[in-house]
Amino acid sequence: MSDIVEALGVAFGLIVGLDADLLRIVALSLGVSLTAVAVACLGGMPLGAALAIFPFRGRPAVIVVFNALLGLPPVVVGLVVYVLLSRSGPLGFLGFLFTPAAMVVAQAILVAPIVTVLVQRAVAELWVLYGDALLVDGASRLRAIRELLAMSRAGLLTAFLAGFGRAIAEVGAIIIVGGNIAGVTRTMTTAIALETSKGNLPLALGLGIILITLSVVVSACAFILARRGVPV
Amino acid sequence: MKPLIRALPPAVLTLAMALAAVQAEQPFIMVASTTSTEQSGLFGHLLPAFTAKTGIAVRVVAVGTGQALKIGERGDADVVFVHDRPSELEFLAAGYGVDRREVMYNDFVLIGPKGDPAKVDGSRDIVAAFRKIAAAHAAFVSRGDDSGTDKAEKRLWQDAGIDIKVASGSWYRDTGSGMGPTLNTAAAMDAYALCDRGTWLSFQNRRDLKIVVEGDRRLFNQYGVMLVNPAKHPTVKQSLGVAFINWLVSPDGQRTIAAYKIGGEQLFFPDAQPGR
Repeated sequence: MSDIVEALGVAFGLIVGLDADLLRIVALSLGVSLTAVAVACLGGMPLGAALAIFPFRGRPAVIVVFNALLGLPPVVVGLVVYVLLSRSGPLGFLGFLFTPAAMVVAQAILVAPIVTVLVQRAVAELWVLYGDALLVDGASRLRAIRELLAMSRAGLLTAFLAGFGRAIAEVGAIIIVGGNIAGVTRTMTTAIALETSKGNLPLALGLGIILITLSVVVSACAFILARRGVPV
Repeated sequence: MKPLIRALPPAVLTLAMALAAVQAEQPFIMVASTTSTEQSGLFGHLLPAFTAKTGIAVRVVAVGTGQALKIGERGDADVVFVHDRPSELEFLAAGYGVDRREVMYNDFVLIGPKGDPAKVDGSRDIVAAFRKIAAAHAAFVSRGDDSGTDKAEKRLWQDAGIDIKVASGSWYRDTGSGMGPTLNTAAAMDAYALCDRGTWLSFQNRRDLKIVVEGDRRLFNQYGVMLVNPAKHPTVKQSLGVAFINWLVSPDGQRTIAAYKIGGEQLFFPDAQPGR
């Protein structure tokens, strides 16, 4: 119990002191995870909506596969991205390995199935309710995707937050492709892993408390932004 | 939600540009090294001195020696800085590395619980201590991750004539993790573990653990540095990497290594030979 109390003290001290290293780590964590989620949303949201609207042979199979990918193990994704981005791998020429770009790639792969599946589910429901009406109104199915995405605000918000949650909490993939380099690829989660292995449990726990606080702040911001959008 | 969707593409661009800006700074080299050099705090003391002198930043990926050599082999680092002479020599012989220089040494220590169930405390004979631990079936936690420390430990069991494969899972616990996590495990279950002195001195979650065996010359731990062979991997930053290696073995670099202390105790002892 005293460990937790000490950790709260450490967390409070770090936040109040605006520790420069901490700020850099927080900024990198947010930057990498938000970029990864944004990339995943750009691809996953239209894809999810398309899967909900366009009937084609094998669609159930595709949906099953995307659902299975919800359980992608981060350490495996990290390993695959590592092998691809390594200087000895096919994408080595990009020079991404051990940089934040590599971490964005790995996290985007982890987040994309989450966004796709959640959006597919949200849009499919609306499609059942309003699909015929939209098509009668003369909208093409492509046009309908945009309308339905705009209508499923709550679903998109959930998809975004679930994706962000996966990304910001993840350590297995980014520690492999980022290398946990101080000042370059050290994020909240990799710093926590490092401090734990140094036996510095109060600092590790303190960083954990800050990370959770950060998630709450991002979630609150997303809700406020969504509320300011077009009312449904 | 619509404004949020519309804001996405520009947001992605801005974030991507911000990330790119982080990357485009001063010249840097990638060094694959071991957890013992990073987690003991040596690099935090040593690297800023090198960067201040040369303007070259050093990015360290700290993993076990086995994995660090693998990173070098794939061309994903410019310099490899590790501690397992036999596998370093193999690395050189296979043509993956060039310019190996010995930089410094420290030593391994046997860590154990204060209760000392195997009665090895105070001994200077590490092999005899290993035999006693095996005979007492006292809990022993191993790295099991192919790191330099792990390889040194395996050699000592071999010297003691004990087949740890048989004991694995009973009193011998193979954690497959770094030095710190291994010590955390040993602390939690009052077990023995082999550790490099640097990591031990900087480790904070000791609970009931202490040094029980030290000072055996078989516990000597040599660190070597090598350039990844630019002939194999043209992307290796040869001149920057050589500058780093030369500085490490220079009087200035060696002095900086010797000056690193925790609680007044020196962690690493420079032993580079001048010239080649």
